[in-house]
Amino acid sequence: MYQTPALDQRSKDLRHDCVAAMEGGGRGHLPSALSLMEILRVLYDDVLSFRSDQPDWLERDRCILSKGHGCLGLYAVLADKGYFPKAELLTYCKRDSILGGHPERDKVPGVEASTGALGHGLGIGVGMALAARIQKRDSRVFVVTGDGEINEGSVWESAMCAGKHGLDNLTVLVDYNKLQSYGSTYDVQDLEPLADKWQAFGFAVDSVDGHDVADLQQSLKRLPYTAGKPSVVICHTVKGKGIAHIEHQAGWHHKSKISAEEIDALYKAVEAA
Amino acid sequence: MRRTALDMVYELAKEDDRVVFIGSDLGAGTMDNFREEMPDRFFMEGINEANIIGMAAGMAMDGLIPFVNTIATFLTRRCYEQVAVDLCLHNLPVKLIANGGGMVYAPLGPTHIALEDMAIMRALPNMSVFAPSDKEEMRKLVPATMEVRGPSYIRLAKGGDEVISNDHDGFEIGRAIEYRDGGDVAFITTGILTNRAMAAADELKAEGINVSVLHMHTVKPLDEGAIMKAARRASLVVVAEEHSRIGGLGSAVTDLLAGSFGAGGPQILTLGVPDVFTDKYGSQDDLLEIYGLQPQQLAQSVRDAVSSSSPITAVGG
Repeated sequence: MYQTPALDQRSKDLRHDCVAAMEGGGRGHLPSALSLMEILRVLYDDVLSFRSDQPDWLERDRCILSKGHGCLGLYAVLADKGYFPKAELLTYCKRDSILGGHPERDKVPGVEASTGALGHGLGIGVGMALAARIQKRDSRVFVVTGDGEINEGSVWESAMCAGKHGLDNLTVLVDYNKLQSYGSTYDVQDLEPLADKWQAFGFAVDSVDGHDVADLQQSLKRLPYTAGKPSVVICHTVKGKGIAHIEHQAGWHHKSKISAEEIDALYKAVEAA
Repeated sequence: MRRTALDMVYELAKEDDRVVFIGSDLGAGTMDNFREEMPDRFFMEGINEANIIGMAAGMAMDGLIPFVNTIATFLTRRCYEQVAVDLCLHNLPVKLIANGGGMVYAPLGPTHIALEDMAIMRALPNMSVFAPSDKEEMRKLVPATMEVRGPSYIRLAKGGDEVISNDHDGFEIGRAIEYRDGGDVAFITTGILTNRAMAAADELKAEGINVSVLHMHTVKPLDEGAIMKAARRASLVVVAEEHSRIGGLGSAVTDLLAGSFGAGGPQILTLGVPDVFTDKYGSQDDLLEIYGLQPQQLAQSVRDAVSSSSPITAVGG
């Protein structure tokens, strides 16, 4: 469907950092992070307004990683942007680390909401978008969800609410890698017709190749797609993208007790991508 | 009591532009004054509690102070994970105003009867739990919650409840109020059971049994000092609440006393609703009677316990 260009060095570097964190912690939801790598990269490189030396700057744009299990990708980007030293990545999941297996707002500079329980981020995002409206701020709110995550009814409650309020300062990005923990989203709980669903809930919809940086940039430049409506970007992605031997592999959703050989293979695969 | 609570939210909102009201699908006309005068901070979002709690959390993260109002069972059971994660984990100043705590909705049956609400709210870190006795106490409580850093659960009674609070006793979050003092028997109560306990204490006093009544409008954080003071001078502590005997004030007090006295403490009697769903309708008073929580029944439970002698046993009501 899409002619995804080869990953450039920046995408490879961020993936390298994800693997480094996974090496430090010996575990992690790596494929879920790799599928949203370009989504977060483009948001933080080209879209969001933020100050990494002042994470609570009131006028900033908010980015909530609602699929908290994709946090390896968020940690890699936040470290790259200077929210905390890159060396911190190596402490991932260790006892006194700020970087847990799901991101926590009070621990990690730049993390807007503690997530991990699925289906919470959009409600919080709706509240932040309304707060910006009440307080007459120009802040925008971006919520990155998984595809399995939007099985949760709470997501659709919040979608309905965002539509009702016409929150055009709110954008949802669905990391549609079509693979949830047990298997294919088409088999476990089919989401199609996904664009129509969001449209029916009052959103303006676009679909992009979630690994094509230029495609993401062009789409997000047009936000809001329709004045007076929240936006959703359905990002077609590949679970495990950029590490050939774990792409599309449901069995890799969460790994623990990773061996040194496996880590080595991950690094090599990133470079070969 | 509900009217008073919402009136106070309206008054607070007029003074403080951080105050936001979020309802689910409340009765027609509810808070019309708020909606008309401060429409940008009034939200009636429909029947979607999970969303409402998340939304309140997002607002509070950006400096607003949301008051959320709907029926107690829906505000606790339906969106427990949102309350736990979005509000408590983030420790946000969101106030939950829960209509119909306890058995207020008796005629509507167990889907609307909130008998474990305090237990499950109390079990969440950072959550404060309040059950005022009457509308005058509610008038003092609501503004006081503005100073509570984390989330608050405010349990409403039926309305038209006997007013027992007074200006003389003052009001401070986390500080119990003693309405009857002295005696070998100490009632420790919350919500509308306090007025029933006071009536029971009056009945017993006429028989020569002096009973103190300690009212816990704040169930969490628990005023341990006041409880210990009452327990030290009593040979019998009776906790009475319109709540399951699992996890509520009775459990809180029993945990405290068991950990403090060892084998030498007072006898403890916990009176509440046993581990059942209600299976009758009628009125709140009917159900209170079924579970032995009306004044004469409370008095009889005390008489029975006084005539028995089994120290440090929690006796079911």
